[in-house]
Amino acid sequence: MITNSKPYILSIAILILLFSVYNYIVYNTEGYVAVEKLSPVAVEGQQLFQSNRCWSCHQLYGLGGYLGPDLTNVYSEKNKGPLYIKAFLNSGVKSMPQFNFSEQEKLALVEYLKQVDETGIYPNYNAKIEATGWVKIKYRNEE
Amino acid sequence: MKSKLPIYFLLFAMLALFLGMFFGMTASFQYLMPEFIKEYVPFSKLRPFHVTSVISWIVLSATGCIYFFLTYVEKFKIFSPFLVKLHFIIFLLTGIAIYFSFAFDYTKGREYFAFYPVLMIPILLGWVLFGINYFKTLYKNVKGWPVYYWMWGTGIVFMCYHLMEAHFWLFDFFRLNFIKDFSVQWKSTGSFTGSWNMLVYGISIYLMSKIKKDSNVATNKMAFFFYFLGLTNLMFGWAHHTYLVPTQPWIRYVAYGISMTEWIVLASIIYNWKRSVLKVEKENHPMAYRFLLATDLWIFINIIIALLFSIPAINYYTHGTHITVAHSMGTTIGINTTILFSALFFIAHHLYPDFETDKKWVKRGFISFNISLFIFCVSLFIAGGMRSYWMYVSKEGSFSEMQDSLIPYYISFFVFGIGIFVSLLVVALPIFKLFLQKIKV
Ligand code: HEC
Ligand code: HEM
Repeated sequence: MITNSKPYILSIAILILLFSVYNYIVYNTEGYVAVEKLSPVAVEGQQLFQSNRCWSCHQLYGLGGYLGPDLTNVYSEKNKGPLYIKAFLNSGVKSMPQFNFSEQEKLALVEYLKQVDETGIYPNYNAKIEATGWVKIKYRNEE
Repeated sequence: MKSKLPIYFLLFAMLALFLGMFFGMTASFQYLMPEFIKEYVPFSKLRPFHVTSVISWIVLSATGCIYFFLTYVEKFKIFSPFLVKLHFIIFLLTGIAIYFSFAFDYTKGREYFAFYPVLMIPILLGWVLFGINYFKTLYKNVKGWPVYYWMWGTGIVFMCYHLMEAHFWLFDFFRLNFIKDFSVQWKSTGSFTGSWNMLVYGISIYLMSKIKKDSNVATNKMAFFFYFLGLTNLMFGWAHHTYLVPTQPWIRYVAYGISMTEWIVLASIIYNWKRSVLKVEKENHPMAYRFLLATDLWIFINIIIALLFSIPAINYYTHGTHITVAHSMGTTIGINTTILFSALFFIAHHLYPDFETDKKWVKRGFISFNISLFIFCVSLFIAGGMRSYWMYVSKEGSFSEMQDSLIPYYISFFVFGIGIFVSLLVVALPIFKLFLQKIKV
């Protein structure tokens, strides 16, 4: 049986059009919480985070590998913070390798985690589950 | 004489699978003994090796199958045999370069694409060559495409787009805006998965129409309806991976709405249960048939799970735990790998009609594969559930205490991971040898 392709081509064209508009909007939409752009130091920290594959054991906003803890808010959490982060970078506990970062590199990683921390909260306990299955989450700017 | 390149693609795909599973086993061992060999090969080295290898298995074998179906089964004259060769050589060299880049820590990239970002250029080039050859060949040979040709074409085009999108972070316009950048990164990986699913699901429909000798499964309106549903989800459904990332809420509303359309898929599976693959004529293709049967079962299990996590209220608890890993491997192994094995058996039979596909050991391997995969996923599920309990309910104890309490489940994860590895090896070896023989003659 030979199918008539015209309606399918039309449907695909419409979908691609919608997709283009949608992408345009997504690419131009900022995060929910207003924050500063990443500073050059933070970008350097992000590159170190990538080059050393911190993401393969750690998560940000729950995304990443699962051998280590989530780092979204490690900068601002009670009893944690910059010194705590540096201590982990120096020692390499459990499966975490011991890295030989220079002082400047450690500062860059800390700066990156600081700026990530400012973008929101994860896990976020200030959440209300609604009957529609939706979860309403509050961030720091909405307290 | 027909080109042997499709077989080369399949051989390298199988090699990537074996290597990938081996890396997976070594990686999972570090869940049990965190300090074991971490100085030489830390988990962070093994994970990219594992993930990139097994994804290459899916993508390379899908590519090999498509080339094979077009040239050997449909007997089309390929637009440019030279481009196929070029495609293969580019992928082969890039594959070697990627392994080198992992081995020597040139890993500037991000999750799933950890290698040096320049290597994306030859990969993209390979896809473009594949696309040119594919569309040119089909345009000349086929009028009124059955659904699988649409799916493969869509897979190739969207693969190119999302591979590029996964590297938008190289531009400051994205990179300096952490949340935007992060959500685009996960958008691209979600849709990247959707793109290879187009290739693989297209293969499953192709196989059904060939094994049943009934082209209607690939030309009826329902088949096209599901193709469009899949495409819509590929385009707009990605944000269910990022419900908990503080993006603008409308992005998440859209994803929630779109994701819920997948209930239709579930309903149709249940409704069509008896009529679908079970009727397949199985005398000639006993193993291809069995693997498709397994696919049906794993689709059923995975779709229920995936639908549930796409509800934000449930996702809130399952996100960021091993339940996600159970889902990733449940689908890449349970669905993609079973379809691809079905295709490998189909191809083996096509090349050598006398080749006995359902040898005793192969059947045993098939059964132990399914059992191992089930327990493997259940172990991850329990581990994920307990991590979620620690995160949201008890909120007590340190991370490492929580990890230590999960060791029994990690042991069973590791053991049944070996089970999957050995079973697939037993199933694959006869085909691997057959293909080797084919390229030698
Ligand atoms: C091989 C896996 C692995 C890699 C790679 C890794 N880590 Fe870790 N990391 C861990 C584990 C496991 C822990 C938890 C140790 C414990 O508490 O027992 C941890 C803990 C941490 C902590 C403390 C978190 C907390 O909340 O207590 C920080 C900060 C951290 N790592 C940062 C990094 C950075 C930055 C990198 C990359 C340069 C990195 N890690 C790479 C495994 C890893
Ligand atoms: C056909 C075979 C396989 C496929 C297609 C596959 C696929 C994948 C994928 C896609 C991921 C990424 C998960 C994510 O990011 O959410 C992953 C992670 C992983 N896989 Fe596999 N896998 C396979 C076999 C195995 C085997 C046999 C093992 C051995 C036990 C294994 C161990 C792991 C481990 C340890 C991770 C990392 C989990 C983490 O981040 O903590 N895999 N696999």
